[in-house]
Amino acid sequence: MIEIKNIVKAFATKEVLKEVSFTFEQGKTNLVIGQSGSGKTVLLKCLLGLHEPESGFINFDGLDIVGKSNKNLKGLRKQIGMVFQGGALFDSMNVEQNVLYPLQMFSKLSKEEMLQRVNFCLKRVNLENVNHLFPSEISGGMKKRVAIARAIVLNPKYLFCDEPNSGLDPYTATLIDNLLQEITHEYGMTTVINTHDMNSVMEIGEKILFIKEGRNVWEGTKTDIITSENQHLQDFVFSSELFKTIKRKS
Amino acid sequence: MPSKPGQSQELTTAHELISKEASNVKTRNVVFFVAFKLISVLKIGYLLIVVVNLHLILYKTHAMGLIASFGKYLLFIADVFRKPERRSVMYKLVVKEVYELGFKSVLFVVFVSLFVGAVVTLQTAANMEGSWMPRYLIGYATRDAILLEFSPTIISLLLAGKIGSNIASSLGTMRVTEQIDALEVMGVNPVTYLVRPKIFALMFFNPLLICMSMFGGVIGGWISGTLSGECTSAEFISGIQYDFVPFKAVYAIIKTILFAFIIASVSSFHGFFTKGGALEVGRSSTRAVVFSSVFIIVSNYILTQLLLN
Repeated sequence: MIEIKNIVKAFATKEVLKEVSFTFEQGKTNLVIGQSGSGKTVLLKCLLGLHEPESGFINFDGLDIVGKSNKNLKGLRKQIGMVFQGGALFDSMNVEQNVLYPLQMFSKLSKEEMLQRVNFCLKRVNLENVNHLFPSEISGGMKKRVAIARAIVLNPKYLFCDEPNSGLDPYTATLIDNLLQEITHEYGMTTVINTHDMNSVMEIGEKILFIKEGRNVWEGTKTDIITSENQHLQDFVFSSELFKTIKRKS
Repeated sequence: MPSKPGQSQELTTAHELISKEASNVKTRNVVFFVAFKLISVLKIGYLLIVVVNLHLILYKTHAMGLIASFGKYLLFIADVFRKPERRSVMYKLVVKEVYELGFKSVLFVVFVSLFVGAVVTLQTAANMEGSWMPRYLIGYATRDAILLEFSPTIISLLLAGKIGSNIASSLGTMRVTEQIDALEVMGVNPVTYLVRPKIFALMFFNPLLICMSMFGGVIGGWISGTLSGECTSAEFISGIQYDFVPFKAVYAIIKTILFAFIIASVSSFHGFFTKGGALEVGRSSTRAVVFSSVFIIVSNYILTQLLLN
């Protein structure tokens, strides 16, 4: 479980996050939604310790990370898996080496055990026979799946995803969403997903935080969205004709 | 015709009035002129003050920016020497970088050195045409030019272009595609992991590369000297052995190691802190080459002053 309280983050004079509070629950896919520029990525980077908030606290199962140095966060970082928007796979390594990398750096397994684990993770994300291909030789969807495999290879307690299905076709995007949800339930992870894709919200939104202009405007589940009377949320969620029709029918 | 006394008085008064008016106009003109000049001077003065202030502000900002960048660079270098996560991984990375940055430059360095050595020999021979100086001095001059300046400094400048841009653009691309963020999130120190092997590899391999360049340059000179008939093979060989001071080779190697550190660290610094997209990667690459070259030139002067004088 990750608890954040009154998080304020500013760049120069511009306040990007304004007293955001929320609890990301374990074993659930927690979604952070909002328009582009609403502060979702900044919030994610604060959670990852890449940005230092001006005030507030971030608590990872009892461990407060605000104000802690990189050295002190090393232990926690080994329990974190991250899927970046573009995958962030290392160009100079092939698929196998990319997934193997965290194991080489932090585990004490033998080489054979490491390779077994890599193959297991690649199989888990439905990727086989791609071990020796380089990131430039695989599709966007495959890159995302390799990134997920790399993120879960160390069995993390926390999984963060920054717009995991951006730039993907609806079919592949749904596959990725379902995969993330399955993994979350299977390993009991605390998963935080940044997205503005409404399909994802309706598909896997077990707990949702809606941010507008850096403020926590609404929170709930995917079923609450339909019935919510929050005007900001309504404007955001039902901006497309498709979702307006779904709402009318429901 | 004589004027009447009354008429004369009127004329005098008119004349006085006119001259008074003229004097007034003159005074007014002088006042206007002085005032105008004063205003102009004040304007120029004001403008000067504004310009000087602006310059001071700009200079201050620029100087502050430079100081801040230098401080950031020192912290970055301090990070390079932190303990790595896995030593075994680090050794492999150093070997990989030796191959990527050093070994792949061998042909380029030898090729350039051969031709520059040849040209230096021909130019020295042309300058000695018709003089009383013995021909073996062609070999002597070529050796010293190659050993003292061309191989350590000019080849390092060329490598700053080749290797420096490679380092800056690869690290810059890793930054803008979030690969460096990925390392940080994993708990890997990206500076230790990415930059340290490059610095170590270059500091280890560049002296070897420069030795190859020295040999290449001298061989190039020998070939061109003998082929063109400017000197005999025996004269050239006797020239390269004449008055050889081993410390000059040591001086060249010391310079090379320092220049290798400059190329790797300055280029990595610019690449590592790239912000934005593809355009900024290109800019970082350019900055890396420019700053590495400037630092090499300045440190070359300082080192020469310290070691040779």
